[in-house]
Amino acid sequence: MSAKLSKLRQRLEERLAGRIQILALALNELSLEIAATDYESVMRDLIDAPELGFEQLIDLCGVDYSIYQDEGREQRFAVVAHLLSLAHNWRLRVRTFAEDDDFPRLPSVTSLWTSANWYEREAFDLFGIVFEGHEDLRRILTDYGFVGHPLRKDFPLEGHVEMRYDEKERRVIYQPVTITPRENAPRIRREANYGAKHD
Amino acid sequence: MTDIRNHTLNFGPQHPAAHGVLRLVLEMDGEVVESADPHVGLLHRGTEKLVETRTWAQSVPYMDRLDYVSMLCNEHAYCLAVEKLLGIEVPARARYIRTMMDEVTRILNHLLWIGCHGLDVGAMTMTLYTFREREDLMDAYEAVSGARMHAAYYRPGGVSRDLPDRMPQYRESPWKDKKAVQAFNANRQGSLLDFLEDFTERFPKYHAEYHTLLTDNRIWKQRLVNIGVVSPDRAKQLGFTGAMLRGSGVEWDLRKKQPYAAYDKVDFDIPVGVTGDCYDRYLVRMEEMLQSNRIIRQCIDWLRVHPGPVMSDNHKVTPPPRMEMKSNMESLIHHFKLFSEGIHVPEGEAYAAIEHPKGEFGIYAISDGANKPYRLKIRAPGFAHLAAMDEMARGHMLADVVTIIGSQDIVFGEIDR
Repeated sequence: MSAKLSKLRQRLEERLAGRIQILALALNELSLEIAATDYESVMRDLIDAPELGFEQLIDLCGVDYSIYQDEGREQRFAVVAHLLSLAHNWRLRVRTFAEDDDFPRLPSVTSLWTSANWYEREAFDLFGIVFEGHEDLRRILTDYGFVGHPLRKDFPLEGHVEMRYDEKERRVIYQPVTITPRENAPRIRREANYGAKHD
Repeated sequence: MTDIRNHTLNFGPQHPAAHGVLRLVLEMDGEVVESADPHVGLLHRGTEKLVETRTWAQSVPYMDRLDYVSMLCNEHAYCLAVEKLLGIEVPARARYIRTMMDEVTRILNHLLWIGCHGLDVGAMTMTLYTFREREDLMDAYEAVSGARMHAAYYRPGGVSRDLPDRMPQYRESPWKDKKAVQAFNANRQGSLLDFLEDFTERFPKYHAEYHTLLTDNRIWKQRLVNIGVVSPDRAKQLGFTGAMLRGSGVEWDLRKKQPYAAYDKVDFDIPVGVTGDCYDRYLVRMEEMLQSNRIIRQCIDWLRVHPGPVMSDNHKVTPPPRMEMKSNMESLIHHFKLFSEGIHVPEGEAYAAIEHPKGEFGIYAISDGANKPYRLKIRAPGFAHLAAMDEMARGHMLADVVTIIGSQDIVFGEIDR
C-alpha cells in the first residue's frame, strides 16, 4: 500500500507544484493542505488529471479548529474533502482553511462532483461555511428556521431553544432551554506518552 | 382549452413508503415528476456533536443508532478508525468474528430491504417471508451481545466477549406447549456457531423462495425494469457506493479492493449489474446475500478450530480480565482509569471505511490527544444516494418515486445522524 501512496505522492508533487502547503503521510493516509485561493484549481486538477483520477468525492465536511490544542493554527474553519480514485484504488484527504473567521467562504466544487451538493449544504448548515457558486445553499439537517451553526465549538451541546406544545396558545412554541448540561467524564489531555504501553 | 398547471406534491414525512421520515417535495406535471426535493433532517439527533462530549468507548452505542438496520457494521467502521489512531492490532479471532457478524448484518439488512421494497411496490408477502429469517439472525445478535438490535458488541481493540457456547432457549408458556417448545429449540442445542451453520444450510432454500416470488414476477418487473437508470459515469459523479454503484456495472467492493478484518482470507464474488436500473440493483443485492452466506460458512469453519483471545491485551485500551483485577494492582488501576477517564487516543486524524450493506460507510476522526474525539464525521452512504433522488426521479411517474426510494435502500438514522 505504501508503495502505491509514494507513487501518488510523487504524482501530486509534479502536478500541483507550488500549490502544496503540506503533503503528509500519516497512518497510511495521504493528507494534502492547500490555500483557499488554490482550492478551485487544485480540485479541478485532482479530478481532471488522468494520472490522479479522483473521480469520486466520497466526503466533504467542515471542521472548527478554534479550540484545537495546537498553537500553530491561524484560521478557524477548514473544509476537509476525502477523494477516492476507483481506477487507481487510492484515497486522498484535502484540507483547506477558509481565510476569514467571521465570514468563512470557499468556492463550491459542485461543478466538479455532483455529490458535493449536499455535503456543502451540510457544512454550511453545521458550520456556517459559505460555498460561493453553490446554486442551492439551504440548510439541510437542522430544523426549518433554525438559528446558529450547531457544530461550531462555541455552540452549546444543549442548544439555545427547545420546542414544546403550548396548551394555552394551542400551538407548538419555542422557548429558552430548560435542561442543564451534565458532564460525566471531563475532557482531559495527557502528556504525549500517556496512553502508550510500557513494559 | 382547460388551463393546466404544474402542481407541487408533498410526499411524507408520514408516509409508509417514505421509509421513515423522508419529506419529498415533488414538482408534478400531471403524473410525471418534474423535480424532486428531499427534505431530510427530521431524525437529526446531532450524533457528531454528541460524540465530541463522550469518551471514545462511550460512543460505540451511538454508532448502532445510525443505520439501525445494520448496527454492527457501523460499529465496525468506528472501531477501525479508533484502532487506526491508536495503532493497535486486533487478534485474528476477533477479526473473523467481526467478518462473520458483518455478513450476518448484511443479510439482516438486505432481508429488511427486500421485504420493505416488496411491500412498497405491491408484493405484500415478502415481509412475511423475510422477517421469518431475520428472527434467526436477530437471535444470533442476542446470543453474542444480549441485545437484538443495538448490540454494542465491537469495541476498540476487539469484540466485547467470545462467542457463546450455548444458545438461549424458548421456555414453556400458556401459548407454547412442550411439543412446540421442543420444535423451536431443535436447532438451538449447540453453540452459536452450530446455530449459524444450521441457518447457512437452510438459507439458500429460503433465498430460492424469494426468487420464485419476485424475480420473474410480471408486476415486479413492470415496476422495476428501466426505472431509475444511472450510468456508470453518473454513479461515480453522484458519489454512489456499494450496491448502487455495482448495480450500474462498476466493479467496486471495499472488501476486495481495500480489505479489512479477515476479508482478504475468505473467498467470495462481487455481483455486478448491467443496465443500472432498479431491477439490476435488486439482483445485485439478492446475490450479495448468497455471497454473505458463503463468507459466514468459511468464518464458522475457521472459528471452530482457532480458539484464542478476542480482545487486544493492551490494557491501556481494553479492560483487563476480571480475575486479574482482584489480585493485580496495575490491572485495577487500568480498569479504574478506563471506565472513569477513558482511552487516550494520540493526536492525529484517520479515515476508516468499510463496505457497509448500503455502501461505503466511513468514519473520519480527528483527535487532539484527549479522551474524547475532537471531531467525528460520519460518512453515510445513504446521504449521497438520497442526494441523487432528484436526478433519478426526474421524468418518471409518481409511483416510480416509491420504487426508487426502495431501491436506494434508505434508512434515516444514518442520513440525518
